[in-house]
Amino acid sequence: MARFLSGDRGALARAISWAENADDRFQAALSGVYERVGRAVRVGVTGPPGAGKSTLVNEVARLLREMERTVGILAVDPSSPFTGGALLGDRIRMEERTLDPGVFIRSMASRGSHGGIARASVDACDMMDAWGLDEILIETVGVGQAEYDVVAAADTVVVVLCPGAGDGIQAMKSGLLEVADVLVVNKSDVSGAARLALDLEESVHIRATTRKHDEEKWVPPVVSCSAGTASGVDAVIEGVESHRRFLADGRLEGARGAKRVEQVQRVVTERLAEGVWDARGWRTEVEVLLGSGDTPYDVASQVLGEILGGIPVAGAPGARKEAGCS
Amino acid sequence: MTDRRIRVLVAKPGLDGHDRGAKTVASVLRDHGMEVIYTGLHKTPAMIAEIAVQEDVDVVGLSILSGAHMELFPRVRKELEQRGMAHVLLVGGGIIPREDIEALEGDGFTKLFGPGTNTDSIAEFIQTEMQQRWAKEGADA
Repeated sequence: MARFLSGDRGALARAISWAENADDRFQAALSGVYERVGRAVRVGVTGPPGAGKSTLVNEVARLLREMERTVGILAVDPSSPFTGGALLGDRIRMEERTLDPGVFIRSMASRGSHGGIARASVDACDMMDAWGLDEILIETVGVGQAEYDVVAAADTVVVVLCPGAGDGIQAMKSGLLEVADVLVVNKSDVSGAARLALDLEESVHIRATTRKHDEEKWVPPVVSCSAGTASGVDAVIEGVESHRRFLADGRLEGARGAKRVEQVQRVVTERLAEGVWDARGWRTEVEVLLGSGDTPYDVASQVLGEILGGIPVAGAPGARKEAGCS
Repeated sequence: MTDRRIRVLVAKPGLDGHDRGAKTVASVLRDHGMEVIYTGLHKTPAMIAEIAVQEDVDVVGLSILSGAHMELFPRVRKELEQRGMAHVLLVGGGIIPREDIEALEGDGFTKLFGPGTNTDSIAEFIQTEMQQRWAKEGADA
């Protein structure tokens, strides 16, 4: 890790590979640098395919470099569900940043994750953070309405939309738009952009006025820009920074703490699945039980009961009886 | 449980505007389960080597149709070495005369693929080569 701490780019790249490959060396590598994690600002950039995420990320990175901030970019693209292969092409739009020593760009395939980022995306952000980059931009795969795992990786989520993809009701639906801290209408020079911005503003306004007023909540700004012509992107950065100011004063620490708890929960679940399920050969036993006519829920309860011994489990046979379902 | 995939950089060095071949090869490697980073056109040797570092690729594949391969290919190899990437599997393809193929294959390039190459054979070559390298790595570790 000495090379990593001295700023060697290859060492950072290798640590990210370990995370991606679920290589045993990653856990020790993160332990060695974890006290340095937490200084970087993490911004997620998400939105449908072709909305202009890569172009916007490239332009934001250019402006951040003018502000003398160093930038890490994690660009996630989808893996094939059939072959596992992937074509990672986000770098093409980030060409001018390639030889800038203040920028580190990593392409990542989603490898079976369905939430817009990869399993190792948070790990990669942690390593870039520890390595000393000031700002980390996480670009998700092109998403639909309900892929928003980027929330787990980012302090601030920027949702990028562009005109021509639906009416005002689309802007009111649950899902992606709800997780936005900044809403960006890209391609503002294309017809329909002003209308989309109005629809989004109305939707944000309705949400803000109808929710319960139990605490002061963030109202996402709607920002229009044209990343391809480098116009208005400074307003996107201003939107991100205003959210950052809102997060100061304890909110950021609270949110990050909650995400770390979720991360532990996820790792425990994954390792249970691998270690217990695979190692003990449950598959054959489960096939037999299913063959005898038990429902998947009943079989799951029996498996959990055996794995956890005396520890009470939701949905265990005893609990079912008490609930009067026998 | 490790989940390692072959990561390949497909790059177009120099002033060469034709990338149909590079895109075809990139797609074929993807369909063989590899993670392929495509650079786009007009990359300098330094840019290609820097991308290889940041992406921690196992393989760098260069495509060239401009005739400048004897100039550009060795420069990419040197840039890779300077950045500590001498370990990558270095391959290339394009309109390259037989005597140049022989020269490059004696100069750090493991394999050059000329016109008419079966695309699946490129993927199979890379897979076989990487399996051998990883097996050796595992034995050394």
